[in-house]
Amino acid sequence: MSDTGAVPLVEIENVEKRFGGAGGFLSSPQPVVKALNDVTLTVPKGEAFCLVGESGCGKSTLARTVIGLHPPSAGEIRYRGKRIDNLSTRERRPYNQKMQMIFQNPYASLNPRMTVLQTLEEPLRIHRPQMSDAEIRDKVHAVMRSVGNDPAWGERYPHEFSGGQRQRISIARALMLDPEFIVADEPISALDVSIQAQVLNVMMDAQKERDLTYLFITHDLSVVEHFGSQVAVMYLGTVCEQAETRKLFSMPRHPYTQALLSAIPKMDGTGVNHVKMTGEVPTAMDLPKGCVFHPRCPHAMERCCHEVPTLKQNGSSQTACFAVEEGRI
Amino acid sequence: MALLEVKDLQVEFPLGRKTLQALYGIDFALDKGERLGIVGESGAGKSVAAFSILNLLSKPGRISGGEILFEGRDLSKLNDKEMRTIRGNRISMIFQDPMMTLNPVLTIGTQMVECLKAHRDISSAEAREIAISKLREVMIPSPENRMDSYPHELSGGMRQRVVIAIALLTDPSIIIADEPTTALDVTIQAEIMALMLELCKTNNVGLILITHDLAVVSQVTERIMVMYAGRVVEEGYTQEVIKNPRHPYTRGLLKALPQENRPGQRLNQIPGSMPALDAIPAGCAFNPRCEFADGDCVKAVPDLVGEQGHRAACVHVDRIPAFVGAGGAE
Amino acid sequence: MSKVATFLKSDFVFRFRRDKVAVGSFIVVMALVLCAVLAPLIAPYNPYDLTTIDIMDSEIPPVWDKSEGDARFLLGTDPQGRDMLSTILYGMRISLTIGFFAVLLQATIGVAIGLLSGYLGGRVDAFFMRLADIQLSLSTLMVAIITLAVFQAAFGAELYSELAIFMLVMVIGIAEWPQYARTVRASVLAEKHKEYVDAARVIGMSQWRIMVRHILPNTLSPILVISTIQVANAIISEAALSFLGLGMPVNKPSLGSLISSGFEFIFSGSWWITVIPSIVLVVLILSINLLGDWLRDVLNPKLYKD
Repeated sequence: MSDTGAVPLVEIENVEKRFGGAGGFLSSPQPVVKALNDVTLTVPKGEAFCLVGESGCGKSTLARTVIGLHPPSAGEIRYRGKRIDNLSTRERRPYNQKMQMIFQNPYASLNPRMTVLQTLEEPLRIHRPQMSDAEIRDKVHAVMRSVGNDPAWGERYPHEFSGGQRQRISIARALMLDPEFIVADEPISALDVSIQAQVLNVMMDAQKERDLTYLFITHDLSVVEHFGSQVAVMYLGTVCEQAETRKLFSMPRHPYTQALLSAIPKMDGTGVNHVKMTGEVPTAMDLPKGCVFHPRCPHAMERCCHEVPTLKQNGSSQTACFAVEEGRI
Repeated sequence: MALLEVKDLQVEFPLGRKTLQALYGIDFALDKGERLGIVGESGAGKSVAAFSILNLLSKPGRISGGEILFEGRDLSKLNDKEMRTIRGNRISMIFQDPMMTLNPVLTIGTQMVECLKAHRDISSAEAREIAISKLREVMIPSPENRMDSYPHELSGGMRQRVVIAIALLTDPSIIIADEPTTALDVTIQAEIMALMLELCKTNNVGLILITHDLAVVSQVTERIMVMYAGRVVEEGYTQEVIKNPRHPYTRGLLKALPQENRPGQRLNQIPGSMPALDAIPAGCAFNPRCEFADGDCVKAVPDLVGEQGHRAACVHVDRIPAFVGAGGAE
Repeated sequence: MSKVATFLKSDFVFRFRRDKVAVGSFIVVMALVLCAVLAPLIAPYNPYDLTTIDIMDSEIPPVWDKSEGDARFLLGTDPQGRDMLSTILYGMRISLTIGFFAVLLQATIGVAIGLLSGYLGGRVDAFFMRLADIQLSLSTLMVAIITLAVFQAAFGAELYSELAIFMLVMVIGIAEWPQYARTVRASVLAEKHKEYVDAARVIGMSQWRIMVRHILPNTLSPILVISTIQVANAIISEAALSFLGLGMPVNKPSLGSLISSGFEFIFSGSWWITVIPSIVLVVLILSINLLGDWLRDVLNPKLYKD
């Protein structure tokens, strides 16, 4: 938002990711899983860009591809206009400082054999070898305080902390190198309700103080509504709708988005009234032809079974749906 | 008399040097066809409460006091053989993970038939008929063919439907569901919850729904029980409790939900976290995290006070301001 | 100091103290190891010093044999007239040394290969694991017998007896690396998909650093467990080889060669030369294995979560 017209922070262009396939030396071939199909997204600076979708829709795969944990099978990922998906570990170093990640499971994302201090100073020791021990310690303390942790925890091991505390340590690790872009893969879904609010607050505070850009992956739509400025809804490895959060929630266009929004449990005592979808969720191993959503879509027509819709501007949001294009919804 | 009545239930886990108390005397009752939600965060004791009803506590855990009256019989005094006539027959259980119930090497049909024949004296053909009708009831397409499927051939949502069908096989009077939809996607969760609500209504089955999700509880149950650190802190009619929470913990939980806060603003968080079982604070266990706490809160454990239908365990119930819900948050 | 205090208060120590078998076997192992290490100080004689040996003292039974026992030799003497107690202490020293260093060698090779195979996967993994399969399809003793017999034939018994310790360590060490490699590989495969490894990659750490600093420390518990059992196995292998005459020479006996050297006298009534070292060997192996079993139970992540 802040620098319109300039190069966007992160661009994801026609990215595909396939797992499995031909077997190697003395190993048998695996079935091919098409986790991402031609995904194109642009994350401008300063946004809290949310990716939502149900399990198996490829949102985590996309996050891990962007951060460089998986190389994409096709397509490009650019950071400030520079292509980064084909760099070696060494060439990627400068980008590691700018792009960091927060993980889902606070019980697995911290090395159980390392103290909090060791975990937090490691990024500095690698990327800022010129810093003295005292400077490193000061930095660790400052970041610990900024995420609401007691700096005196440094000598302790991860198992001594609760899930929420660990997740804040994990956020502190991501902030150690003063990144400008953070990928957060379901950072609160493993936490209790009262702790989720604490962690979300820390993330929002950090965004304000440090002018961060988030790529936030979640399945929880109420969190998206609260946290996100932009949303992309994914289904079976494809983006089916992208819009500003407010617009998407006030007027969902894609039939899948509509079903998803109607399924959020509400507390007004009206019981369960969701849009019913037909059929079974297909797997990424056996994608339907045409629009991936057509077997479950109440608006599907002949065309949806053959042609693949692309993301197009339709009113307030970008949608990949023929029914929306043709004005049937 | 209520169908199920739990009185002063206490559960403890002897572990090494120390014994950890998981439940400090909880009371609740369930009438025929009533739906009760037990809500709490991890460590609150909600699952322990439900598991102890059917004597399914994991190994060192044991009921150390109180009684569990089901149709007038104390379930905590039954031996294994007597328990088997209740468990999976009069009271069924649905777990978070469908694979806790389903045996991966047997077909759905075999498992359902065996389950029925274990509790009733009927032929395999009759059992098969009943099983198919139950699968139809949980809206599984072409149930005759599904009978020969193995659990791994079904999707997560379908498996949970099969588990519900198994729970309904013997026409139980109570179903205990422990986080039945937590592992499922939102759209599937909505379907399963709608299904469970409908089945409980049509068959007049009592439901004890254990979950951390206040929204799910509010959709499905008539009564709610909020637990914190092994005690009930608030209970009453669901809508009454959710619209007008009296205990600071319930109030804090509701206020922390993103949908109760204006988008983009800091959420109203509860500081700190649930105490570990071996470090429960004196007096009201919630007092270190409570914005209304004072010296009175550490003196004694507060009792549930208020009229039947909405009670809260807080000495300062009168001082807690009214809850302002969605949109109008401060 | 505080680290010692925390360790003494830890659950590990608590569970150890409650388990009588563990405490018992730990005491036995420690006592035997201590005796072996301090053998030159506590043994009444030096069995390697030929000047103290008198052939006239040969085959004296232990002291409890009232008629022939000699107060100078507590456990009697062997056919060369060496004091059995001293010889056993020195023999245990050699057995434990071979066991320890052979396991060190196994662990070094096995852990390195397991770490590389597990982390890098692909062709490296396929190559090493097939190699391990081939190695495991030949029994340790068979490989050792062939190697040692060839060596003995090629270089003569004299050179062999000088290099025996070294050779036994090498042969037993190299023959058993697949045990370590497989265990380490399995736990590396489990660890490398954990999020803390991803976090390390996101920070931009080199593969080498991730393997050594992040993954290796998290595979230490299974390494510790198999190490205890492998020490016992190495001692048994050494004893078996020595018994077959391919191990330690008679002038520098290990427990195995002692048992073997007394074997021909067992029917002539001199049972103690074979039986007493056998008892020591059995007690040693049993205690180490019991300790290893206990360690496995305690460190088993299924029973013991952090």
